[in-house]
Amino acid sequence: MSSEPIQIKILLFAALREAVGKNELTLEVAPRVTPTEVWNRLVTDHPALKDYDNTVMVAVNQEYAQPWVELKAGDEVAFIPPISGG
Amino acid sequence: MFRLTDTAIDLAALEAAVRRPENGGMVIFVGTVRSPSHGRTVRYLDYEAYRGMAEREMERIAEKVCEKWGVRQLAIVHRVGRVEVGESAVAVAAASPHRRQAFEACQYAMDRVKEAVPIWKKEHCTDGERWSLGNVSSPE
Repeated sequence: MSSEPIQIKILLFAALREAVGKNELTLEVAPRVTPTEVWNRLVTDHPALKDYDNTVMVAVNQEYAQPWVELKAGDEVAFIPPISGG
Repeated sequence: MFRLTDTAIDLAALEAAVRRPENGGMVIFVGTVRSPSHGRTVRYLDYEAYRGMAEREMERIAEKVCEKWGVRQLAIVHRVGRVEVGESAVAVAAASPHRRQAFEACQYAMDRVKEAVPIWKKEHCTDGERWSLGNVSSPE
């Protein structure tokens, strides 16, 4: 299997968007990286995100996903802080 | 009908989306912006949504409602952007041949909207603004 880096799209909402200052990022990552690994990298770059370590949820390609799934090139990965619709 | 809207919710359109000859009734829940809220005076709310996924989660709720109650006519509309105190922020309509299924389906769907649809509200109050604490989302 190729070990060439892949590109993924990251979406951030609400408080996470404000902590990072952007709602969308494109990251180059190792193949088969997991959302948890991506999150940890974001937290390193933006320490304010650490407050959400225990409450953030993940969606991959607009569907809730486990944080340990392996990501593929072109995936859209959204980090979802506690929701408050209604 | 499963949609986000940045203008006032059209209840007539919501009702029309679920009205059918074979249904004997419909239940419509409308959530409105409240002030005071938790002791604070609200000026307005600002809703943000994950467009695309939010509508898809609404459709998933409808699939579950159909599975549990056999209710096929469900509609959900949620505001995005600025919503003033007293305005409608969300509306759910469920119609079925008999009323019990419509009541139960409407309540379930509204509860699930708050648990699973990726929408966030920022509360703009007279003493400042903050993201509503909300719920850690719980997919089915």
